[in-house]
Amino acid sequence: MSRLLPFIGFMLLVGLFGFGIWWNTQHDQNAIPSPLLDKPAPAFNLPKLYEPTQMVSKADLLGQPYLLNVFASWCIECGVEHPVLTVEGPTLGVQLVGYNYKDAPDDAKGWLAKHGNPYDLLIADEPGHTAIDFGVYGAPESFLIDAKGVIRYKHIGPLTPDVMAKELKPAIAAMLKEAP
Amino acid sequence: MRRLLHMLFAALLTFAGVAHAQAIEPMPFKDHAQELRFQQLTHQLRCPMCQNETLADSNAPIARDLRNQIFQMMQQGKSDEEIKQYLVARYSRFVLYDPPLTPGTWLLWFGPLLILLGGAGVVLVAIRKRSRIGSTATEVPTDNGDDW
Repeated sequence: MSRLLPFIGFMLLVGLFGFGIWWNTQHDQNAIPSPLLDKPAPAFNLPKLYEPTQMVSKADLLGQPYLLNVFASWCIECGVEHPVLTVEGPTLGVQLVGYNYKDAPDDAKGWLAKHGNPYDLLIADEPGHTAIDFGVYGAPESFLIDAKGVIRYKHIGPLTPDVMAKELKPAIAAMLKEAP
Repeated sequence: MRRLLHMLFAALLTFAGVAHAQAIEPMPFKDHAQELRFQQLTHQLRCPMCQNETLADSNAPIARDLRNQIFQMMQQGKSDEEIKQYLVARYSRFVLYDPPLTPGTWLLWFGPLLILLGGAGVVLVAIRKRSRIGSTATEVPTDNGDDW
């Protein structure tokens, strides 16, 4: 028995390390869980990208749920996400609001002209101050906000078909079921 | 070859200088005490983007924005605690390098103690066992040890 002890100890360690590897494949190391989940989205008042004199506030968007998608022309991962949004966006059943983050308006418009514009509404946060209130620390990030203005779900990193099927769509379904 | 090395070295120095200048951009502090307070505070906070750099060290755009935000809040007379609360409310406790004692961090704080106690237990058992073997060994006549 005592001879087996080191072997058992070794196997326990193997199990622990194996679990660690498995855990890391299942979880994004860079994602920080947002403390804003299930809390009211922060108030904002930002200009539209195409009509910078018109402001959009949180109050303007109350009443119907929307997916706030933080993107920028300098963001490489956004290019990965964009085709997915273009294809799946209209099928989600919620408004798609583009949040142009720390981007020169001309760069953003050029990028959208080149890749297509899947958004129902586009707002711009060039200085990035409002994004701090949302806890944004990079792009892309996506927030699902319900009709009452509460953040129901957040995804950090590009929305992939997998993430959409496993996380976003169920979150939307749960939200719509609760308040049709 | 030597000249090439010199050039490389000079280029490296230039880039290092640029990086440094970006990391520590001058801010119009009221006085030296405020600057020291800013440095101390930003060294206690973690950049959410780069994960293992402090806000003071990081070059990421978000770190620069957050440094500016902290600077602005200091000008408004906010305390260190208020600034930390502000960041925690947005970026979770992840930004704190010094995790507060909460039920979620008990294992983090007391885990090492548990492991130490476990180790002490193992050592204790081992010593007991050995001393028992030792005592039984003394009961056995030991004279046969010498005449081999």
